[in-house]
Amino acid sequence: MKKIIGVLLCLALAAGFAFANGSSDTADSGSDKLVVGFAQIGQESGWRDAETASLQWYASRNLDTIELHFADAQQKQENQIKAIRSFIDMGVDVIGLAPVVETGWDAVLMEVKEAGIPVIFLDREADVDDSLYSTFIGSDFILEGQNAAVEMGRLLNGKGKIVELEGTVGASVANDRKAGFDDTIASQFPGIEILGSQTGDFNRAKGKEVMESFLKTYGSEIKGVYGHNDDMVLGAIEAIKEAGLKPGMDIVTVSIDGVKGVFQAMAAGEANVTVECNPLLAPQFFQAAADLKAGKTLPRWIKSDEGIFRAETAAKDLPTRQY
Amino acid sequence: MEILQKYRRARIFWPSVIFLGILLFNTIISKGEFLSITMMDGHFYGRLVDIFRNGSKLMLLAMGMTFVIASGGIDISVGSVMAISGAIACSVIRGNLFPFFQGSVFFALVLAVAAGALCGAWNGFLVSRVRIQPMVATLILMVAGRGIAQLITNGKIITVNSPSYYFINGGYILGLPFPLYLVIILFAGLLFFTKKTAFGLFLASSGINDKSSRLAGIRVENIKLLVYVFCGAAAAGAGLIESSGIKGADCNNAGLMIELDAILSVAIGGNLLTGGRFSLGASICGALIIQSITTTIYAMGVPPEVIQLVKALLVITISLIQSEKLSIKLLPAKAAAQ
Repeated sequence: MKKIIGVLLCLALAAGFAFANGSSDTADSGSDKLVVGFAQIGQESGWRDAETASLQWYASRNLDTIELHFADAQQKQENQIKAIRSFIDMGVDVIGLAPVVETGWDAVLMEVKEAGIPVIFLDREADVDDSLYSTFIGSDFILEGQNAAVEMGRLLNGKGKIVELEGTVGASVANDRKAGFDDTIASQFPGIEILGSQTGDFNRAKGKEVMESFLKTYGSEIKGVYGHNDDMVLGAIEAIKEAGLKPGMDIVTVSIDGVKGVFQAMAAGEANVTVECNPLLAPQFFQAAADLKAGKTLPRWIKSDEGIFRAETAAKDLPTRQY
Repeated sequence: MEILQKYRRARIFWPSVIFLGILLFNTIISKGEFLSITMMDGHFYGRLVDIFRNGSKLMLLAMGMTFVIASGGIDISVGSVMAISGAIACSVIRGNLFPFFQGSVFFALVLAVAAGALCGAWNGFLVSRVRIQPMVATLILMVAGRGIAQLITNGKIITVNSPSYYFINGGYILGLPFPLYLVIILFAGLLFFTKKTAFGLFLASSGINDKSSRLAGIRVENIKLLVYVFCGAAAAGAGLIESSGIKGADCNNAGLMIELDAILSVAIGGNLLTGGRFSLGASICGALIIQSITTTIYAMGVPPEVIQLVKALLVITISLIQSEKLSIKLLPAKAAAQ
């Protein structure tokens, strides 16, 4: 009995190998298809889910030109490393990686380099030597802050007093979005004064509480509010309404991210502008992968395409928002 | 004079003095602006109103926590229960949960509070029947609760559009915020319940020594179960206030770390964390102190980087003011009197 089971197991293993070989044959059979392996972190937030959906949707729409091998690492680095090794065995053209942590990638990326496969970092970077990856596609948080400042300047015609709702203290996103905004306001809009700046921890309840306090301190002097993310501003809008003022009219709003909620608020005339932080990176990712396969050199950092959305078009944009 | 002497010796004395001290400090710093209250759209508007309204959820939590702590336990799952209650209420109103009752705020509230009580019953069951240490027993729900809330809302922030739901946080009766009435009604009810029935005595007794209480004929298990159920329901109420304030359910952030503030309220109120005699009023004062510290920090424009430090320093100072040993050292006369 044991022998039979043993034989069966061996057969199963052999079949598995044959199957694995078979699939790798199709991967590097020299067809014109762009074969991409992508090692995703996992499902950690709505933002990342949107990114994953974007990659899979884009690949499924271009089945005749793109072959995507997608690996979900469930937030574990060793799973991502395993996935990358299997991509090497498959002989993919390009490997995409959203590194779950910054360090510990040197060894596996060296193997990738020896196999002659280019690597693209998507939305996060890893702490490795420049020679180990080809390009990084992601957001420029400082630029987002600068764009927000320009929008604020436009809304207020370059004159007025505003308050700022900061993200979590010490988060790099918050630091960059503050630096980009504050510097641009100081250099380009001398007529705009930032009355106060306080952390709202990137969430609605805190954003509301801080805004309530700002309204008590400065009253109707406040003409605008800038939030490092949309959720804090959505909280602030409630505080503004409770103070008997009209958000979007008496106090204009500019925030960053582009979540659905803020589009609803803009469509209702209660918010003014959101600067997108785009998770729908698939078009840029596959374009970069195709360029790498064709042997082109890419810039070290490809900034993600990020729109600026205003209240005027919010009603039209709302149905198309995916996150 | 006699009443004053009695008040001076009551547990609520120092917390209430500290709370008034914080208000006085702010009034002086802001040259009176802090206390200014104006009428806005037919209701009072000012920082004092903010303290009572934003502090209402902490006051609710503090009342539940006072009972649990008096019984010799602790409940660190209240923040997660808040997330669950908000998630259920918003899902019911949106029709994602029980589509039959879509839009029914009444049913949403009943269900949310019932869910909170159920969570409390689970904690109480683990503590009183299975006899798991309270910290560990409630840790389970603290960790799992947020996951349950995420499941209910599918991991998204869900927003609701229902004026009667907003009323829970943003409504006013006779110019005063509605959540304040919730606190007052509950406080009055509990005060009556603990003072006019033997419950308060039984509770304190089980907290001090549950073995001898059991031998004396008190049903310690049932009392413990009851206080956890009440604490869960109070947390659900706090969750409703929070969720109504942002007009939606934000499971990642609702009540995050608030269990520590709730425990701190009870402690600042001068109640012993080891259980036994307790004062609800003192805990409410403790909650008001914590809320007014936050309001003070915002009003003074403390830079965000140092907020935690300033809070820590204030809490240390308050604890020192209440420390009996320290006051005996500093005031030898008092030591002699004792």
